[in-house]
Amino acid sequence: MELKLPALGENITQGTVTKVLVKSGDSISKGQSILELETDKAVLEVPSPEAGVVSAVLVKAGDVVKVGSPVFRLGGTAAAAPATPKKESPKAAPAAAPVQAAVPAPAAPATPAHMPVRANVSAAPSVRLFAREIGIDIGQVPGSGTGGRISVEDVKKYAKALNTSRPAGGGGGIAPQPLPDFSKWGTVRREAMNNVRRKTAEHLSYAWATIPHVTQFEKADITELDKVRRRFSDDKRKLSITPFIIKVIAAGLKKFPQFNTSVDMATNEIIYKDYVNVGVAVDTDRGLIVPVLKNVDKMSIMQISDELVAIAERARGRKTTIEEMSGGCFTISNLGGIGGTFFTPIINSPETAILGVSRGVVEHVHTEGHFAARLMLPLSLSYDHRVIDGADGARFIRFVAEALHQPFVLDLQK
Amino acid sequence: MSQSVQLVVIGAGPGGYAAAFGASDMGMDVALIDKEPNPGGVCTWRGCIPSKAFLHAAKVISEAKHASAFGIEYNTPKIDVNKLRDWKKSVVNKLTGGLGQLTKARKIKYVQGEATFVNSNTISVKKADGGSEQLTFQKAIIATGSRPSVIPNLPRSKHIWDSTDALEMEAVPQTLLVVGGGYIGMELGTVYYELGSKVSVVEMMPGLLPGADKDLSDVLYKRVKGMFTKIMLETKVVKMEETPKGITVTFAGKDGKEFKEEYSKVLVSVGRKPNSENLGLEKTKVRVNARGFIEVNDQRRSADENIYAIGDVAGDPMLAHKASHEGHLAIEAIAGKKVAWEPQAIPAVVFTDPEIAWCGLTELDAQKQGKEVHVVKFPWGASGRALTLDRQDGLTKLIIDPKTERILGVGIVGVGAGEMISEGVLAVEMGSVAKDLKLTIHPHPTLSETIMETAESFFGQSTHIYKPKK
Repeated sequence: MELKLPALGENITQGTVTKVLVKSGDSISKGQSILELETDKAVLEVPSPEAGVVSAVLVKAGDVVKVGSPVFRLGGTAAAAPATPKKESPKAAPAAAPVQAAVPAPAAPATPAHMPVRANVSAAPSVRLFAREIGIDIGQVPGSGTGGRISVEDVKKYAKALNTSRPAGGGGGIAPQPLPDFSKWGTVRREAMNNVRRKTAEHLSYAWATIPHVTQFEKADITELDKVRRRFSDDKRKLSITPFIIKVIAAGLKKFPQFNTSVDMATNEIIYKDYVNVGVAVDTDRGLIVPVLKNVDKMSIMQISDELVAIAERARGRKTTIEEMSGGCFTISNLGGIGGTFFTPIINSPETAILGVSRGVVEHVHTEGHFAARLMLPLSLSYDHRVIDGADGARFIRFVAEALHQPFVLDLQK
Repeated sequence: MSQSVQLVVIGAGPGGYAAAFGASDMGMDVALIDKEPNPGGVCTWRGCIPSKAFLHAAKVISEAKHASAFGIEYNTPKIDVNKLRDWKKSVVNKLTGGLGQLTKARKIKYVQGEATFVNSNTISVKKADGGSEQLTFQKAIIATGSRPSVIPNLPRSKHIWDSTDALEMEAVPQTLLVVGGGYIGMELGTVYYELGSKVSVVEMMPGLLPGADKDLSDVLYKRVKGMFTKIMLETKVVKMEETPKGITVTFAGKDGKEFKEEYSKVLVSVGRKPNSENLGLEKTKVRVNARGFIEVNDQRRSADENIYAIGDVAGDPMLAHKASHEGHLAIEAIAGKKVAWEPQAIPAVVFTDPEIAWCGLTELDAQKQGKEVHVVKFPWGASGRALTLDRQDGLTKLIIDPKTERILGVGIVGVGAGEMISEGVLAVEMGSVAKDLKLTIHPHPTLSETIMETAESFFGQSTHIYKPKK
């Protein structure tokens, strides 16, 4: 029997095999990891949906595999003809083998990645051949012609839509301008984007093109907070400022529900969420990924701190699951460890706001009639102007700044 | 000593030679093996081509007879069977000789003989000139075709013919029984009738041409009923016995009653069997199904990675044009192109008078599949062209998907149906809708107009058919 790539989570249709964890002849149990697969945002270990003995491995590292396409053959039963693209050397064939009893083996399968024959498709033979040549299953292509007839343009359109998971979203429907020949000015090299980079590029282009962004700046006085943070830090657990900010955001999202929304332009509806999940952007060697902390409103600052350390480690070890990266309401991007003051973060669509955090700086601040040295934290709040008005943006960032200024307020709100 | 080639094609019929020629044109080093001195296969040597030569002669006789209806009288024709046979031979020789020249011009290694597999990379050829030769190959295409099926337990007799014997035409028998009302029997029965034989047909099924829609075969039935001495449907042949003058045949009718009849000759045309035996396939991984067809995938590759099969030996329908298309497909698959066998319509033509042709979905298919279809028919009584030919015994019909109005199948009976069906094949392959056919201007006055008019009547209005308003 053929073992097909199981469904791995919403919106995951395919992935690149990074490692094959079993080989032909291995006996595997149900749930055992059989493949390591790099999907758009994460490297996953794929569990086997069945138990059995692997009779053939149909994929190798580097292959792009779609959900539902065969990856292994399990068996030990009928001597099914191998579907591997590898040609058997003619000498390996049992040239002088005795006449074999008729073992039921199906006619050899067609070439790998061969599209199925569709008996009743309304498309000219030339169009069907074109689809086959470019690796499109004509049975999946919607026809725009009379009686649902499929044209070459329909096939091209479908292929394009497959290539960009958000059709026409990438550039907001803007055709790319041709690039100049950069080598005129010096040597250049081209590198393929990895999955994370490609997905980031598509996703942020979409967000930038579809969300009217406004970025509101503010500085929060965290002099007292910093003292608290240091007091509760020890050798085992180094508290950073981020768990405090997450806790403040959790309170802010409850107080300002329009910051915990998504926009459905197809139905002209705003979706309000009653849960509070906050994503934290993590810088990895493969690029930016955003694990999500679930139900932070129900967690203590210490729990959040521990969880943050754990997710950052998993992210850098490529262990983050798709599940861990889904379901965010709001994102925090903390660049304070690197420096800089303000920046204009791009909203992690379909969320409607993001908080950028920069490095705290000691400033002379005029307060209560005199200047004092205060540790000031630059905050940059980008919000979706479709659902959040400028006044609310200012109110929200003031709430955050106040809460950070006077950390005990948080406890009062518990 | 064994020679090595990239591709060996076994069988030089329309499938095999198309594959060999195409592969050679692609730059492959090709060997082509066949029993005959030149390519052509059953189709050219003893099938499509000689039968059509005879059918043409039959048509001339029939039309000359028919001309008296509009005032042109011919004397009864004098038929010189020897000359007719020679003419047929010359047609066959011209065609097969031409194919031989095309083989030489392409520098294809042609070996006259019989090939058997030694293993998945080697064949051994028993040459017609007595020697034998081994050839190693990278890929092989089996295109060995089919042969007439035989009825078991028949006596061996020179009075019992198969289609090959009938096309040899040693003489025109006084009486001829055709066993099997399929296309081969009906075509050859027509030939011998026009040449002067008294022809009878016996068929087990309740209608002629099993597989064709009944409304089409009925038109033919009506005509041959007036020509043939007897058409025995739902009747079985129980026994045949050789007599000094011919064959005595015992029949069993629908009611089980037996009766006897004597004929000068009996033509057995009860289908064809694939030639998959004696090829040494057991030395390869090729698999053959219960009916003797080689099992192939959608690229015509067998269970053996190196071996492909096309044409009659690879499955129904056993038609030359299907074989040649499969030949092209197989060599493209061998060349690594992304191709698959996915025709939407393979035309079938019965070259009787009138001809019957169909393609795509038939009404019978639709019934079997439980598929809802809309069928529109245009009887040729309303065709001006049919009237000028004095041949209104015709019908054009379209099988249409009621939801999308797509043309799913086309069926035609009438003179020239075989030439007309190509438009239907194109319509089905292109995914045409009824409106496309209606809006395509057809020349007047032609029989092809009936296709357009059938499409018109799908929309409730046809120029030459009046339907009273309700």
